[in-house]
Amino acid sequence: MAREKNQQIRVALFVTCLVDLFRPSVGFAAVKLLEDAGCSVAVPKAQTCCGQPAYNSGDQGDTRAIARQVIAAFEGYDYVVAPSGSCAAMIRDHYPPLFDDEPELAQRAHRLARRTHELVSFLRDIRKVDTVDADFAGSVTYHDSCSGLRELDIKQQPRDLLRSVRGLELVELPDAETCCGFGGTFCVKYPDISNRMVTDKAAAIEGTGAGTLLAGDLGCLMNMAGKLKRRGAAIRTRHVAEVLAGMTDTPAIGEGEG
Amino acid sequence: MEATSRSFKQNARAALGDEDLQQALGQMKLGFVANRANAIAKLPEFEALRAEGKAIKEHTLENLDFYLEHFDARVTEMGGHVHWCRTAAEARDAVLGICRAAGARSVTKGKSMIGEEIGLNDFLEGHGIEPVETDLGEYIIQLRREPPSHIIAPAIHVTKQQVADVFYATHSGLDADRPLEEPRALVDEARAMLRQKYLDADVGVTGANFLIAETGSTVIVTNEGNGDLTQILPRIHVVIASLEKVVPTLEDASTILRLLARSATGQEFSTYTTFSTGPRRPDDPDGPEEFHVVLLDNGRSALIGTEVQDILRCIRCGACMNHCPVYGAVGGHAYGWVYPGPMGAVLTPMLIGVEEAGDLPNASTFCGRCAEVCPMGIPLPKLMRHHRATEFERGLPPAPARLALAAWAFLARRPGLYRSVLGLKMRLLGGIGRRRGRFGTLPFAGGWTRHRDFPAPEGKTFQQRWDDAGGAR
Repeated sequence: MAREKNQQIRVALFVTCLVDLFRPSVGFAAVKLLEDAGCSVAVPKAQTCCGQPAYNSGDQGDTRAIARQVIAAFEGYDYVVAPSGSCAAMIRDHYPPLFDDEPELAQRAHRLARRTHELVSFLRDIRKVDTVDADFAGSVTYHDSCSGLRELDIKQQPRDLLRSVRGLELVELPDAETCCGFGGTFCVKYPDISNRMVTDKAAAIEGTGAGTLLAGDLGCLMNMAGKLKRRGAAIRTRHVAEVLAGMTDTPAIGEGEG
Repeated sequence: MEATSRSFKQNARAALGDEDLQQALGQMKLGFVANRANAIAKLPEFEALRAEGKAIKEHTLENLDFYLEHFDARVTEMGGHVHWCRTAAEARDAVLGICRAAGARSVTKGKSMIGEEIGLNDFLEGHGIEPVETDLGEYIIQLRREPPSHIIAPAIHVTKQQVADVFYATHSGLDADRPLEEPRALVDEARAMLRQKYLDADVGVTGANFLIAETGSTVIVTNEGNGDLTQILPRIHVVIASLEKVVPTLEDASTILRLLARSATGQEFSTYTTFSTGPRRPDDPDGPEEFHVVLLDNGRSALIGTEVQDILRCIRCGACMNHCPVYGAVGGHAYGWVYPGPMGAVLTPMLIGVEEAGDLPNASTFCGRCAEVCPMGIPLPKLMRHHRATEFERGLPPAPARLALAAWAFLARRPGLYRSVLGLKMRLLGGIGRRRGRFGTLPFAGGWTRHRDFPAPEGKTFQQRWDDAGGAR
C-alpha cells in the first residue's frame, strides 16, 4: 500500500478488467480526477475482474473466489473507486449476499460495499466536486449505462460535471436509458438480438448530431463504438472520465493512430 | 400447448426478420411506455402503494393455506364450488367435467392466461366442445390458431391488415367486398359475430385477477365488457385461476387494483372491474345458476419458501415486457410458451423446467428496467440469475461457453498469471490493431464482429503502465 500524506483521502482504484486491458487511458483519467479531488490513489496489484462474467453465468463458486480476492486486496483504504457503474454495483450490491453463510466474510464484504463507488458519482456526491478543469470543443451526447443508472442512481452527476467543461455542448440522447444491447456475455450469446438493440441505439446517437458519444462503462462504449464504426458513422466514442479529465489526445475508442 | 422455448434462438432470429412483427412491436413500444409513465407521474403515492401491494402479497403467500381454505369456505357458503387441482391435467378434467354435467356444446371464454397454461381450448375442442374467445385480441389469435404473444395484449403482434385478412377468410356469409380498413369496422364485425355466441353458450369461463378470501369473490378486469357477458349470460360460470391470485380482503384487492391498470395500460382503472360472488340468488336480477372456481397449483405451492417465491407476487400487468428491450426486439412468440418477457423468463423455467426453457433467463442484458417498473417489486434479474445458477450447476450451458468461462475464471483467480498472459495478448492485439484502431473480424469473436467492429486495445495494460510510471500500490 502507498504511503500517503496524512490528510489525504486514500482511494484504491478498482481499474476494471476492460479498462486495464483495453483502455488504460480511462484509468489514468480516473487517477487525475481523483487526485484533483484531493485523493491519493493506489492501485492494489491483486485485482483482475469483479467477477460479473461468472456471476451472471450462474457460476457461484468462481464468483465467490474472485469476490474474496477483491475483498482482501481492497481492505484498508478509505474508499474504493471504479470507472464503471456495473463493476461498482457488483461490489456494492452483489458481493455481500454472496456470503450469507459466512458471517465473517459477509461483514468484510459489507464494509467494502459501503466504501465502494463509481468514479463520477464519487466525485460529485462524496467529494462534492462541482467543476472540473477541462476543455472540450464540440458537442457530446451521453448514454446512461443500465447498472449505474438503476443500481447506483447515476444520472445527474455526469451531466453536472460535463456542463463545467469549457467549450462542451451536451445534447441529450433520446431513449438514453434504454439498454445498448451489450449485457456482458449477452452480446455474444444472443448476437442477433444484441445487434437489433445496438442498431437502434446507434441510430438514436447519430440522430443527435453530436460529434462525440460518452458513457461511464467501457463494455457499453465498446459495443456502441463498434456499431457506429461498422455503420460508418463519424461520431467518436469516449469514456466520460477522459473528457472530464481533459485527456482526449489519445485516439477515441475504435479509432486508429493512422 | 407444445413449448418451443428450446428453439428460442431460432424463434428470435425469425422474429427479427419478420417485418409485420417488427412494425407491430414498434407501435407497442410507443404506447405502453409513455402511458404508464404518465399514469405513474400523476400518482405521487406510487412508491408507497407499491410497498403496500408487495406487503399484501408477501403476507398472503406466507399464509397461503389459511387464505385459500378461507376462500374455499366462503365460496361454498355462497353456493359455489371450488375444485382444487394439482396439475394442468386435473384442471382440464375439472372444466370438462363441469361442461359434460351441463351437457355443454359451446363455451364462451374471457381472457385467461391460466386457460393458455393448461391448454384448455385445444382440450375442449378435442372433446367436442366449441370454445369461443370473447376478448377481441384472443378472438383474433384464436382465428389465426396461434398463442398470445403478450399477457394483456394477446394480438399485439398482429397488424390491422392481418386482422382484416383473417376476418375475410373465416367470417363466411358476409359480403366479400366489405371494407375492413378501419379498426371500427373490425371491432363492429367481431362484435356482431360474437353476439350470438354469447347467447348460445352453455358455460362461460373466465380467469381471475384476484380471489378474495374474505368474501369468496373472484375479480376480473377488462376493457371490453366481454368478461361480464361471458359470465352472466350462460347458465354456468367457471373461474379458472392459479392459487397465488388470492388476497385476504376486498380492501387488499382495491389497493392492488390501483397499481394494476396504471402499470399495464396507463389507465387509472380498467373500464370494467367485475366482482363475482357465488351463483345467482333468488332475488338477483341475473347471474349464473352454478358458480365454480377451478383452482390451479401446477407447481406453484412448491415455490413457497424458496428463493424464487417472489415471482408469485406477479399480478400479470405486463409492464416488465412492455419495457423490456429483448421483448421489444423479438416479441412474445419467440419465448415459445405461454408467458413471455421477463416474468415469463422467470416463471416458464419453473413451470416447464430449466432444461426446456433455459435460454429464456439467459436472454437478458440485466438492464433492470423490468424490476424498475414492476408494481410488485419483483427482482426479476435476480430470479433470472437464480435460474442461470441452476443451469450452471446441472452443466446445461453449451460446452464452448462452459470452457471459455472456466478458462477465464482460472486466470481471474490468479492475478499474477492473469497479468502476464493477458498483458502479452493485449500487447499483441494492440500492436496489430493500433493503426486502424479496430478489427472487422477476430478469431473466436464472430458473435461480436458479425455485427460490429471490435475496438483494438491500446497496447500495454493499465497495470503495466502504472508500474512503468512507478505508481503506488
